[in-house]
Amino acid sequence: MKTLDDLKALREKLKEDIRVRKNDGIKIIIGMGTCGIAAGAREIMSTILDEIATRNLQNVQVQQTGCIGMCEQEVLVDVIRPGEDRITYGKVDVNDAKRIVAEHVVNGRIVEDKVIGKIKQD
Amino acid sequence: MREISLHILDLVQNGIEAGARNILISLNENNDGYFVFSIKDDGHGMSEETLKNVRDPFTTSRTTRKVGMGIPFIDMMTKQCGGNFDIESEKGKGTLVTASFKEDNIDRPPLGDFAKTMKVMIVGAPQVDFEIVYGKGRESFICSTKEIKKILGADTDFTNPLVYEWVENYIRNEIEKLDNK
Repeated sequence: MKTLDDLKALREKLKEDIRVRKNDGIKIIIGMGTCGIAAGAREIMSTILDEIATRNLQNVQVQQTGCIGMCEQEVLVDVIRPGEDRITYGKVDVNDAKRIVAEHVVNGRIVEDKVIGKIKQD
Repeated sequence: MREISLHILDLVQNGIEAGARNILISLNENNDGYFVFSIKDDGHGMSEETLKNVRDPFTTSRTTRKVGMGIPFIDMMTKQCGGNFDIESEKGKGTLVTASFKEDNIDRPPLGDFAKTMKVMIVGAPQVDFEIVYGKGRESFICSTKEIKKILGADTDFTNPLVYEWVENYIRNEIEKLDNK
């Protein structure tokens, strides 16, 4: 899937894909300030995107944010599952990112050893 | 930062945070002995006062901390590599940054993984239209989200794995073709 012809073929595939794609809203947010990027945020976001593609996850939204002032804890990754606390993970490496997707995003089990914050959601 | 791609990613974030709807990234791996890139956005731009102090790490628009390292970083890096960094901006119009490095300077960071960088950038700011003009000497290719939308439809979802994987693979493949020319 890398040529313009592939892109045209993708058009038909997407028509079917959009129908099955629903958004029950698991959100992953990655810190992409200068501090985050210097600490490896691009690798982390790319790993998460690749995991979502490989696992064919239909209900996950990946977003980025700027610096939130906890530069020493970068790379920061937040996971929000609907109806649950917002979890902030700190000093996330590529391996942690894969665990966070497999454990927390897919199975709903928080990766406790990387958690640096929890925010109650109403 | 170990890759020029990461500087580009960082500078593009400034444009996104300035509310840009269109961002043009041009780069050339070897333009008469220089590695050059520029990033043009139509965000809210900067006042003359801000622009004057923009290379100072203690100038930043953010409120979460008191230092801004992105521009001082790239400014220093280009100068260490026999190049230059320039920034033009007009309030309400947007900002243009240009950077050059002597291509064969031993301290010049490699471009790094540009395809991966673009994937992350496009997914992270789906509201922005990106155009990339990637050159090597006189050869070049273009990747434009507007052109992709012409094929896939105006409502193309760049956060869809099928779409962002294609973007990454396309750019990687086009760079490889340039390298083999």
